[in-house]
Formats: sequence, C-alpha cells, structure tokens
Amino acid sequence: MIDVINLEKHFGDKNVLDGISVKINKGDIVCIIGPSGSGKSTFLRCLNCMEDPTGGQIIFNGVDIADFSVDINVHRRKMGMVFQHFNLFNNKTVIENIMLAPVHIQTQELNKAKRKNLLLPITNLFKSADKKEAPVAITTTKAQIKADAKENAMNLLKRIGLEEKADVYPSTLSGGQKQRVAIVRSLAMNPDVILFDEPTSALDPEMVGEVLDLMKSLAEEGLTMIIVTHEMGFAKEVANRVLFIDEGKIMEEASPEEFFSNPKTARAKDFLSKVL
Amino acid sequence: MGNFDVKVQRFIDIFIGKQAYLQVLEGLQNTLTIAIIGLIIGIIIGTLIAVVRIVPKYKLLPRVLNVICNIYVETFRGTPIVVQLLIFYYVLLPLLGIRMTGLEVSMLVFGLNSGAYISEIMRSGILSVDGGQMEAGRAVGLSFGTTMIKIVIPQAIKNILPTLGNEFIALIKETSVVSFVGATDLYLVFNRIGSSSYEFMVPYIVMAFIYIILVLIISAGIKLMERSLRKSDRRN
Ligand SMILES: Nc1ncnc2c1ncn2[C@@H]1O[C@H](COP(=O)(O)OP(=O)(O)OP(=O)(O)O)[C@@H](O)[C@H]1O
Ligand SMILES: [Mg+2]
Repeated sequence: MIDVINLEKHFGDKNVLDGISVKINKGDIVCIIGPSGSGKSTFLRCLNCMEDPTGGQIIFNGVDIADFSVDINVHRRKMGMVFQHFNLFNNKTVIENIMLAPVHIQTQELNKAKRKNLLLPITNLFKSADKKEAPVAITTTKAQIKADAKENAMNLLKRIGLEEKADVYPSTLSGGQKQRVAIVRSLAMNPDVILFDEPTSALDPEMVGEVLDLMKSLAEEGLTMIIVTHEMGFAKEVANRVLFIDEGKIMEEASPEEFFSNPKTARAKDFLSKVL
Repeated sequence: MGNFDVKVQRFIDIFIGKQAYLQVLEGLQNTLTIAIIGLIIGIIIGTLIAVVRIVPKYKLLPRVLNVICNIYVETFRGTPIVVQLLIFYYVLLPLLGIRMTGLEVSMLVFGLNSGAYISEIMRSGILSVDGGQMEAGRAVGLSFGTTMIKIVIPQAIKNILPTLGNEFIALIKETSVVSFVGATDLYLVFNRIGSSSYEFMVPYIVMAFIYIILVLIISAGIKLMERSLRKSDRRN
C-alpha cells in the first residue's frame, strides 16, 4: 500500500534520512524503533509529507505523493496521523474535533458538484452532442452530511467510552482521553493507514494502557498502522514487523520475535541492551 | 472662573434648549461608526497581511505579496493619520475619480491604517498558537487556508483580544481628527457648540467626559468578553 523508495531528507547540510526503502502492506502493523535522534519522527513525517522529502519516492495507493504536483491534501485524508502531544483542536469541542474534517471535506465536494451542475448548461454549449455531460447526481445535503458525521462521531466516542464528553473542550480531558479522541479523530476519515509518533510518551504511566489497548483493538480489526514507539512490550506483542532505524537508515527489519530474541546488527544489540 | 455657573447655564441652554444634543448624538454615532468599521476593516486586512507574512516563501507569489505587504505596512505606519486622511480625501480619491463623503473616507483610512498595526498584532497572535494545531489540521487533509481560518486564527484572535481592545480604544481617540476632511464627529460638534456661544470651556470638558466614559465602557466590555472566552475553555 505504501512503497517507500530511496527516501532522503536533509535539513540544511544535515542528512537525517539517508536512502530509506521499505514496503508497507495492507494490514501491516509496523513498529519503528531506534535511538533518539535517529530520524524516526522525520521518517514518519515524510510519509505524509508533513516534512517534504528531499529525495526519493513515496508511492501511496499507486501515486507518488512526494511529487510536489500532487494535491497532498487528498492523499492525507487516507493517511491518518496521531501525535505525541495529541494536538486536538483547542477551539473545538470533542465531537467537533472528530466531525470537522469529514464535514468540511464532504461539504466542499458537494459544493463542487453543485457548482459544476450549475455551469453545465454553459460548458455543454461548447461541446458536440455526443460529448455533452449529464449533471452529477446529488444524493445528499449539507444537513445530511452533518447528521451522518455526528452519528459516526458519536459511535466512535462510544467505542472509547467518552460519549458523555462529546460537548466539552479538550482542555478538560486527561492525557489518555485526549490521545484516544485524537485516534478516533483520525479514524473518522476512514483512513487506509494511521501513522503514530510516540503516541504514549507524553502520557502519565497510568494512562499508557488505555491508549495501547485502543491501538491493539484497531490492530485486531486489521487497520494498517505505522508506529514509532519506545514501548518494546507493545511492539513485541502487536507488531508483525519491526524496523530498527539508526543514523537515518533502516539497520534491521525483522519480525518482532526474531528482532527481540536474536538481533543481527551490533547496533540493534547495543540498543536493546539499553532499553530492555 | 467666577462665572462658571453662567457658563454651564449657557451650555445647557444650547445643549438642551437649542437641541444641540441631537448633533452630539450624531457626532457620537459617527465617531463610533468610524472606529468600529475601521476596526473591522483593520482586522480583515491585518489578518491577510499576517497570513502572507507567515506562509512559507518557497514560491514566487508569496514572496511578491510579502514585499507588497511590507511596503503597505511601512507606508501606513510611517505617516500620521491626518496626512493619510488628507491625501486620500484631496489627492488619491479625486485622482481615481472616486467620490466619497468625509465620513466614508474616514472609515476607509482608519481601516487601512489600523490594518497596518493589527497585522503585527495578528502575526504574533498566530505565532503564539501551538504549531501542532496547524499540523493536526493538515494531517486530516485540510488545506493551509482552511486550517488557518477554522483552527489557528480563532485561537490567535482569542490570544490577542486584549490588544485588539486597546487598538479599538486608540481608534476611538484618534477619530478626533476626522473633521479635517469634514466628517462630523464628537470634536466637531462640541467645537460648533463652543463657537456659537463664544464659550469653549464647558463644551470641551463635557467632550472629554464623553470620551472617558466611552473608553471605560469599552474596557469593561473587553473584560467581560475575555472572561466569557476563558470560561468556554473549561465548559463542561
Ligand atoms: N526541522 C528540523 N530542522 C533541523 N533539524 C531537524 C529538524 N527536525 C529534526 N531534525 C534533526 O533530525 C534528527 C532526527 O530527528 P527525529 O526527530 O526524526 O529523531 P527521532 O528518531 O524521532 O528522535 P526521538 O526518539 O528523540 O523522537 C535530529 O538530529 C534532529 O535534530
Ligand atoms: Mg521523534
């Protein structure tokens, strides 16, 4: 689903990613681990072009999204992202956080279709009879879009047990609640994959579990996930692949069983001896 | 000073007896209109300039716009507002063949002028919003512009509300120069009352009081608004 080919990123003359190639398949749970400053976040942020790659290709659903000429916004809708510091929209309530993007994007598409239909009589004037276009069927309304998004958002909130928090602002939530809302905000877009950048490292220890549990249940449902994490136990249990990144390169790629019990490279051995 | 009560009596005769209060109300209305419309235009222009300043400058268009904004801001901050009023009223608009009343020109010029100041306020307001807000918006597939409008700018405005309030108060006080282009504001009305009675002391004192009361009311309004906004942060 994602095919990363020789990805490079440098900040000034600092080479942070040095030719990374990897294929992510549908249903993969990939955990990315590595020492601090090795380029894990940068790699993840390049995948949805939050940082523009300075070289290489990222083929996502058949399109090279590292190419500047593609409309990156369209592709990001299918590639969710969850941040270390949650980044819920502070000026929106919990349910608005979840509904905002789906409603905005569908409304935008609806308006586009309406505009096109409106102009159709004019554009058709200049086309020969067999090329005249029929109006796009408009099957929904703005109110309907909103109602659907709201229902979906409520269901997502129920899933994480926070339906009574729908109308509060994020500042009143605990860290674990914020991160779970952030995860379902991504889910509301029905993404093909979600990128997680250390989703639990800003949390108090007692809240790590609730977030990891939610991620586990998503994994069981077959959602594709790419997770930068320091939670080795979680990686061992949930991942089907582990990427070990150091100095901007993939040093090792293996199944979790193999990686944790029998690391190949000296660097990975060294790293594991420190964190385990 | 001995005949102060006579002066007061004379003022009251004109103010009530000759119904000068009607003119005062008109002047007050114009003062407020210029300040409010000026502030609204200023916020719109200021926000646009602030966004231009913040957009990444890889491409040519943002760079060109940035230069234009710089010239704009420097021009309006580098000249007194009276000069701007006179230039617009007597030079620029006649040259362009646009006819506007003194009141309309005042609203326009005060808007353009405060836009230059508000752009700096707004820029620092936008920069004070955590960068993660923009990233989160972009990550769900919203455009830079949409995220700015729906997420970042509302939070920026909230952060700079006290400063915007001060800008509004400054505008109200500065409107006292619009009589240069013939707009009837508080100053002009009281000046007229003074000249018709050959007595300026009481009218000017009353004028000063009206300005002070206006400013006090607005300050109180801003405080209320701030408080209710802060509450919305924690609403349960
Ligand atoms: N915007 C930037 N400008 C310059 N250098 C940067 C920038 N972002 C990251 N870097 C550098 O790139 C390197 C890799 O950073 P990155 O955040 O990807 O590391 P990481 O593996 O995620 O580390 P951590 O585990 O601490 O989060 C670091 O040396 C960092 O200083
Ligand atoms: Mg990181």
